[in-house]
Amino acid sequence: MKAGDLLTISPLIALTLTPVVVMLFAAFRRSHGLALGLTLGGLAVTFGTLFVSASRTARVVTPLVTMDAYALFFIGLLTVATALVAVLSWSYLGRLRVRPEEYYVLLLTATLGGAALVAATHFASFFLGLEILSVSLYALIVYPVHRADAVEAAVKYLVLAGATSAFLVFGMALVYAEAGTMSAAGVAKLVAGGLGSQQVVVTVGIVMILVGVGFKLAVVPFHMWTPDVYEGAPAPVTAYVATVSKGAVFALLLRFLLPVSSDQSSTLFLALAAVAVASMVAGNLLALRQDNVKRILAYSSIAHLGYLLVAFLASGERAGVAAGFYLVAYFATTLAAFGVITVLSTGDRDADQLSDYRGLGARRPVLAAVFAVALFSLAGMPLTMGFIGKFVIVTAGAGSALWALVIVLVLTSAIGLYYYTRLIVVMYVRRPEELELAGAGPAARVAAAGGAAGVVVLAALTAFLLVFGVYPSPLLRLVEHAVSTLPWP
Amino acid sequence: MILLWYILIPAVAAPVAWLLGRSRPALARWTAVAGTTAPLVILAGQWITKASALQATFAARGPGPAGLVAGSWIADVKATWIGSLGISFFLAADGLTIIMLLLTFALGLLAVLASWRGITKNVGVFHLMILWTVAGLAGVFLSLDLFLFYFFFEMMLIPMYFLIAVWGHEKRVYAAIKFFIFTQVSGLLMLVAIVALVVIHGRETGVYTFDFTQLLGTQMAASTAFILMLGFFFAFAVKLPAWPLHTWLPDAHTEAPTAGSVLLAGVLIKIGAYGMLRFMVPLFPDAVHDFRTVALVLAVIGIIYGAVMAYGQSDMKRLVAYTSVSHMGFVLLGVFAWNTLALQGVILQLVCHALSTGALFIMVGGLQDRIHTRDMGRMGGLWQVAPRMGGTAMFFAMASLGLPGLGNFVAEFLILVGVWQVSHWAAVLGAVGLVFATVYALWMMQRAFQGEETHGWSFADLTKREVGMFGAMIAALVLLGFWPQPLITTARQTVTGLQEMTAASSLAQPRPTAEAGDPAAEAAAAPADDASGATSLADDEGAQQ
Repeated sequence: MKAGDLLTISPLIALTLTPVVVMLFAAFRRSHGLALGLTLGGLAVTFGTLFVSASRTARVVTPLVTMDAYALFFIGLLTVATALVAVLSWSYLGRLRVRPEEYYVLLLTATLGGAALVAATHFASFFLGLEILSVSLYALIVYPVHRADAVEAAVKYLVLAGATSAFLVFGMALVYAEAGTMSAAGVAKLVAGGLGSQQVVVTVGIVMILVGVGFKLAVVPFHMWTPDVYEGAPAPVTAYVATVSKGAVFALLLRFLLPVSSDQSSTLFLALAAVAVASMVAGNLLALRQDNVKRILAYSSIAHLGYLLVAFLASGERAGVAAGFYLVAYFATTLAAFGVITVLSTGDRDADQLSDYRGLGARRPVLAAVFAVALFSLAGMPLTMGFIGKFVIVTAGAGSALWALVIVLVLTSAIGLYYYTRLIVVMYVRRPEELELAGAGPAARVAAAGGAAGVVVLAALTAFLLVFGVYPSPLLRLVEHAVSTLPWP
Repeated sequence: MILLWYILIPAVAAPVAWLLGRSRPALARWTAVAGTTAPLVILAGQWITKASALQATFAARGPGPAGLVAGSWIADVKATWIGSLGISFFLAADGLTIIMLLLTFALGLLAVLASWRGITKNVGVFHLMILWTVAGLAGVFLSLDLFLFYFFFEMMLIPMYFLIAVWGHEKRVYAAIKFFIFTQVSGLLMLVAIVALVVIHGRETGVYTFDFTQLLGTQMAASTAFILMLGFFFAFAVKLPAWPLHTWLPDAHTEAPTAGSVLLAGVLIKIGAYGMLRFMVPLFPDAVHDFRTVALVLAVIGIIYGAVMAYGQSDMKRLVAYTSVSHMGFVLLGVFAWNTLALQGVILQLVCHALSTGALFIMVGGLQDRIHTRDMGRMGGLWQVAPRMGGTAMFFAMASLGLPGLGNFVAEFLILVGVWQVSHWAAVLGAVGLVFATVYALWMMQRAFQGEETHGWSFADLTKREVGMFGAMIAALVLLGFWPQPLITTARQTVTGLQEMTAASSLAQPRPTAEAGDPAAEAAAAPADDASGATSLADDEGAQQ
């Protein structure tokens, strides 16, 4: 490693230093505003260093990380998403009656884990990143310790994540024991060579790694934790789990297991295709019966990861572009949706009941409009990024002749329309007075809360969703550039 | 660039109407009037001045399907939109487009006028939704890029969904969600078919494009073409609607506010017919030919089923909704007959049905505003209370049943004559549907307006605004009944062009009922139909009888 490499990995260094600085300041002077300011400042510096790193030739710095355009693109995405979550958390934490400073430290370490994941080219950095992310998330989920459901969610997440980490490590050990490699390129070569009957141990190892990855992505059959954790975790943390945590792991999956898509008859391909179909079907069907908004979005996110797997299974660079674009769209949409929940939540509980949204269109027109745009984007309606995202996935799937997957995607997303429109109906058609006397019920209390900064973030996200939903070309070019550094067959 | 205005004017007027409507509802109404009248005026100007120029460009068109398509446009706009995916912002207008746009803006204006009194809640947002629907519809009819077409096709669902869900009647939420899901599912299947077509074309030529003119004539296996054709058919048959995919229509039309019903029945369901004419048949002529028998059966069932169901309704609005199912069956018949007479009839039917059914919906809406019911069991003898209303309703009921002298008669007659050349039994059964139409139309008049007035109703007759609206529609229907030639002339290039595009396919046979016969004879007969395709209405009737 040369001195110049420090510049190449400067985003990771900046991201490591930021939580340390925030922690030290919190030790000497407790100030919520200062913590948030330092967090945002550190994230801004990280974002700036991305350009420094991008100006240098991409290279593997130690066998552990590669700072190529792909990694930089996703670090940028994670950084921006974390900054938005931090701003959304501000007024939420203020209402929560907890010491808020450490929250930002945890948020930053989790993002560091995510950044390590998207740059990882080695099992060591893979595992390290995943654990940093997970351990930070345990604490974040249970941050409001006085809430029983948060504790329950955190315990559930801790136990399951611990178990699947064991699977992951054991899988890595098996692959290393048999094939003698721990690098992404090595794993890709193994998969590309076709895992024959002689390589049972390697196949078992990779499947065990996939169990660990599948748990993080919350795809069926590893999705059991999702609704409970989404429901129990504080709303901004849920937004974080749904976006940064899943996005980072998905980016890693693409880097390590890219060649899976080239052989459509391999066991691995068929297994992942089955997972994709199961996620799309189960996610959309189970969401139909929910009355809790966070649970609806939890099941919906299971389905969306299923759509993303379709992009992953489609071969060629076009598929990589589809996956990258869809991830960005999914990030923006999910952050907007959970952002609305965050802004509406009170210190006692999150605004996750359908009744909290009755007549929102009349009470809080801006928030209702943001939520409506996010829901339409999740449903894949035109004018939003969700539409373009779904379209590029369909195009990629059709290009690789994955007709069965494409048809399942189309039909299940039609099922999804029902529960998205149901929420919209609740907001715009139902009157608040149908449920309760004005000023007495939870809806009125929810309406009184809310932060201006959060609303600004939400408006920006909505504008982002609409602008790139109508004119996606610049973003598509950026994603194309990012994924072009992956070793496409 | 003029084409862009047709979308932009209503789209920009929409937020203006919303902002103005927050303080002064009347301003929102007037903005909406301006937002639909302005494009209507520009369009009328373009129609009058460019109609003759169209003849010239059409005569000078280049060879091949692409040249044919390129030569038939009055105007077009093309710009790269999403270059990496081969998507362009490609708008173009020919005679058919002009007719559909005339309908869109005229009925948009009527929809605004019809809600002048009835809508008092969230007036600004209501007109925002109406104008966005109009803008989306204009986009649908102007798009020649299949992605852009799909984009508008889906986009206009959102305002229409809100129109039904927020301002509709008793079961509005159920109706709105059903409408949304039906159209969305079918639309997504079409999207898959579009993408598959693009991929097949791209593999063959190396060019990935959604440009319809380039996708024409893509070579593919017959079975593939059939499946892709089904994807398009499914989408358009839901819109049209064709039996058995019609079940969303009675709910949506009944529960929608008057303006929503007018736009739905007048323009939205016409997208089904338009999409079949413009895209489905030219792209997959052979597959359409293979599918013809099934489609004709569905069309005939739709005609008779719609009429019988209409007869059985006690809700007046639901009755009118079911008549649409019946009338659109004729359109489906005509599209799949695919000869000059039938196609001219289809285009005429689109216009006349929009006017007559739109008027009936406005009539029912006006009645509901006055007596707060649509139940015909509670009406009766209303003619005595409101004679002007009764007379007007009678006129549109007559138009709906196809009284000679009115446009609907000419349209249905042309379709039946065209269908007769393809399939005798379909024409005969379709004509039976006309008898049923007489029954339901007269039965509706009997129950609502004739007989003794026993319920003690007393309300104001038609206002000046309503008289003006209905007067214009009556004049248009009478004009189309006696002198349909201007409309047919406008559509002639499109009809001829469409037939030339499919001239090399099995669909060009004059008598495809003989499809069991030997293929050589069919091929030999093909040029004959070409020749007749270029003649006018009068020539056709002479030549083919």
